[in-house]
Amino acid sequence: MKVSIWRGGKAGRFVTYEVPRLENQTVLDVVTYVQRKLAPSLSYRFSCRVGMCGSCAMTVNGKPRWTCRTHVSKVAGGGTLEIAPLGNLAVIKDLSVDMRVFFDKWSKAGGAFKGDKTRDDDFARIKPADKRRRNANAGIECIGCGVCYAGCDVVRWKPDYLGPAALNRAWTLVNDARDTGGPARLQLIAGENGCLGCHSQQSCQEHCPKHLSPTASIAGLKRAVSVATLKGRL
Amino acid sequence: MSSISNPGLAYAERTENRLWLVQRMSAIVLAVAVCVHLATVIVAVQGGLSAAEIVSRVGGSLGWALFYGVFVVAVGLHAPIGLRTILREMTPLSPGATNGLMVAFAVVLLGFGFRVVFAFYGMAGG
Repeated sequence: MKVSIWRGGKAGRFVTYEVPRLENQTVLDVVTYVQRKLAPSLSYRFSCRVGMCGSCAMTVNGKPRWTCRTHVSKVAGGGTLEIAPLGNLAVIKDLSVDMRVFFDKWSKAGGAFKGDKTRDDDFARIKPADKRRRNANAGIECIGCGVCYAGCDVVRWKPDYLGPAALNRAWTLVNDARDTGGPARLQLIAGENGCLGCHSQQSCQEHCPKHLSPTASIAGLKRAVSVATLKGRL
Repeated sequence: MSSISNPGLAYAERTENRLWLVQRMSAIVLAVAVCVHLATVIVAVQGGLSAAEIVSRVGGSLGWALFYGVFVVAVGLHAPIGLRTILREMTPLSPGATNGLMVAFAVVLLGFGFRVVFAFYGMAGG
């Protein structure tokens, strides 16, 4: 099987390698084979190999994907693979991108939990069927892989846009009964570079390997911002 | 107690939020108004469309004047705000130039719209 892999930084090029096709083979297996057998200087990132850590996302045949759980048989219909670094992020070298901007935006979106309880306080009692809890549950399985961010057109047009993952994180906290971020967090995620910048094109949920819907989370944030603006809290 | 500092929004940010909200609310108005408008058109053209028929239905009617007055205001707010976003994202126009163009666009839309609304209201209807 012919595999084209991006080599170099921003001004790099695709290099083609010949990799044995195995019956049960992931894209990450292919990249690992190339690094171990053919091109030891190939840089890429991975850790858990089982779809938990969010380290191994790359652009595979034009689409952002988690490579450890993407089988070659699923994406290489034409018998060829083209593997590039994630889009919308600066390439460090080969398949490794600089994720700092991505995670800095989680901070900018108020992504840290803010509570006012101590270890001496009782547990918060939240019913699993509670509407806000269900909203939060729908978004909390994000593994921070950056696939949605790489697939987002708005991020490509507006580099300051916070992006789907950071806004999804904020939505889980807005719905967390224990969180005290309140209107201050809404201020962070409102505005044209926040949730109001989303055009609901749904690329994020189309590409999300965890089948989350950041679009729905952002729609929830838009509703929250609308209400807060009408009530004069923003 | 809020652990995130709450400095309040800058004027520009607050304006962006409000423009967005105005566009969202005008979209709700338009969703209803466009449906009423299209349903009326479909019903009205059953017997053939003529200027006389339109004037006899809409001319001099306060109800239709108010309906289309609201329609025109919603369009005059919704379209320029949306086009402003597109221009800001897709063109190198400066924010000031974009705002100026869009204010002019809003004036044109409202001007033409109300000209028609007032003209029909001034006509003798059926």
